[in-house]
Amino acid sequence: MELSGGQIVVQCLKDEGVEFIFGYPGGAVLHLYDALFHQDELKHILVRHEQAATHAADGYARVTGKPGVVLVTSGPGATNAVTGIATAYMDSIPMVVISGQVPSSVIGSDAFQEVDMVGITRPCVKHNFLVKDPKDIAETLKKAFYVATTGRPGPVVVDIPKDITDPNVKVRYKYPKKISMRSYNPAIKGHSGQIRKAFELLISAKKPIIYAGGGVILSNASKELTKLTKALGFPLTHTLMGLGGYPATDNQFVGMLGMHGTYEANMAMHESDVILAIGARFDDRVTGKLDRFCPYAKIIHIDIDPASIAKTVRVDIPVVGDVASVLKELLHLVKETTDKPHKKSLEAWWNQIQIWRKVNCLEYDRNSRLIKPQYVVEQLYELTKGDAIITSDVGQHQMFASQYYLFDKPRRWINSGGLGTMGFGLPAAIGAKLAFPDQDVACITGEASIQMCIQELATASQYDTPVKIINLNNRYMGMVRQWQEFSYESRYSHSYMDAIPDFVKLAEAYGHVGIQIEKPEDVRPALEEAFAQKDRTVFLDILTDRTENVYPMIEAGKAHNDMKLRVALNTPINRELA
Amino acid sequence: MRHVISILMENEAGALSRVSGLFTARGYNIESLTVAETQDKTLSRMTLVTRGSDEVVEQITKQLNKLIDVIKLNDLEESPHIERELMLVKVKTNDHNREEIKRTAEIFRGKIIDVTTHTYVIEMTGASDKLDAFLSVINNDIIVEVVRSGATGISRGEKGLHL
Repeated sequence: MELSGGQIVVQCLKDEGVEFIFGYPGGAVLHLYDALFHQDELKHILVRHEQAATHAADGYARVTGKPGVVLVTSGPGATNAVTGIATAYMDSIPMVVISGQVPSSVIGSDAFQEVDMVGITRPCVKHNFLVKDPKDIAETLKKAFYVATTGRPGPVVVDIPKDITDPNVKVRYKYPKKISMRSYNPAIKGHSGQIRKAFELLISAKKPIIYAGGGVILSNASKELTKLTKALGFPLTHTLMGLGGYPATDNQFVGMLGMHGTYEANMAMHESDVILAIGARFDDRVTGKLDRFCPYAKIIHIDIDPASIAKTVRVDIPVVGDVASVLKELLHLVKETTDKPHKKSLEAWWNQIQIWRKVNCLEYDRNSRLIKPQYVVEQLYELTKGDAIITSDVGQHQMFASQYYLFDKPRRWINSGGLGTMGFGLPAAIGAKLAFPDQDVACITGEASIQMCIQELATASQYDTPVKIINLNNRYMGMVRQWQEFSYESRYSHSYMDAIPDFVKLAEAYGHVGIQIEKPEDVRPALEEAFAQKDRTVFLDILTDRTENVYPMIEAGKAHNDMKLRVALNTPINRELA
Repeated sequence: MRHVISILMENEAGALSRVSGLFTARGYNIESLTVAETQDKTLSRMTLVTRGSDEVVEQITKQLNKLIDVIKLNDLEESPHIERELMLVKVKTNDHNREEIKRTAEIFRGKIIDVTTHTYVIEMTGASDKLDAFLSVINNDIIVEVVRSGATGISRGEKGLHL
């Protein structure tokens, strides 16, 4: 079959099984867009800013596990996409970004809308390619999908100069069924000897804890993780990226760990003697001060990326491999053996954890006459029975969502954990809703974050993606304000925004429903109304307590056992626990 | 600790910048870097000299291995190996020092490959510290310029870095 470069790109995406392309046309990709015009199998979602294209593709990828696909033009189209590419890179999300480039003959001449996309994205992609011949398109795209989706997933950029997609140049097309690369062979199976060592250490543990991250979600290993945790009877904590990997409503789940993790999770980490780290990367928001991190623990670390192991924290037993595969093997050993974990020690350990739990670190003022953001998330959780897909932006609302919405299933909690990208939530929600139109999708956001990609309300109306926007509006950049309160003697330098728009009118202007709520008693009815309007995008602008802070908090440079709590340990209420 | 890392990678445009970019992005230092294609035109061989603690060098090798274009690498310090660097030195000469410079160069197994009435160009190969030693015995005032290739290396015996 003889096709032009533009047609080849479109055909490759079809052959790869792509459903949606999130993109924005421009000069360098016009041949490609013309090829898209002549078909309707691939659905193109026109966003309003290229950053949103990457976030929407990212949201789609996170809920489905399939790679997100983005198409942008050269120059500003490409640079606008960079934030979303870096977001996907930090959270290891599979994505293929096709960017147009100026014609090969003028590359390097500072041509109109020229930017060195391969150079600019090099530090924030898993890999990138510049296509130099139409004959190479099919193989390059196959490689791009292969690299993006295997091993530790990540975004791959394919930069295509305009002349390569010229409709007048036709070449033979054949999409490779399989591809192998001599320089890229990700390990899947873990080393059996290492897995046995890990097993032996686990069985001997007296104060064990399982610390599981986003790798569990990426590897679709929830089932294996749950079985193993149940079989061992150990407490389990999740990172922000891991939430939903293990059911949050189960008693063995001690909550999220880290900077805004629960008291019991952080204390259990600190006091533990054996840590089983699974698909987690000992991020600074998790570890706190490194030299005081888990001083008594031996660490087993399972990860598909060898570079994640011993990067910041020494590891006693590294296991390189796909999480699901390694957990399966580990579970097999646990089931086969007659050795059981120390029953007595484990009981004592659980008793200690129950004492820490009694601190009730997530309690907040439920009698306030102001709307508490935590209350909104709790109500949302109850109303959706914990089964909605929740996307979030970045800041206090993100932490409240992670603390008060209990995720029992994977791929329900969609947030920018690594890069912390404000503006992520709404486009990600649109991507998620396109993937699962029958599923409730809510974006928990704040009035600062939502304004970073607010233009996507137009995309939501064009493609009829009825998501619910829960805007926790405290008229502050809440997390910035909190840090300024704690560390800068409440000097709120530029964390307040004057001229916050009337979100109700704004939502209506885009053709959506807008509702503003000011009283706690109106929260539940408003949420009910929002979700009852199945086919409408509803913007709930909820005016919350301006001074609310996220607790617990491990401030920068502090250790896990040094948490700031809402109700300090030495107050009457907690005295006996201290 | 100084480490000499040998890297076999795809001979693709941008491969060198992926390596050097990695070092700047992660704050590792590069003492020297040499690269050229091998007998197989699709492969590049790179020799990279870096310094760091064992933990840092372990991260460096892991991060390098993670680059999609990198096929194989090894840390030459881990086994017996040979290290060579090429140096070209241009020195000012006069009637008094010509003989002495020639003799010194010969002691270091250097060759004089260009002569004018007032200059020599000396070519010398060897391990990097041998070249350092030569420079330290030559009067600094007479050196016009020094060009060094950076170290290249190969392991001894049957062991090799190949496909």
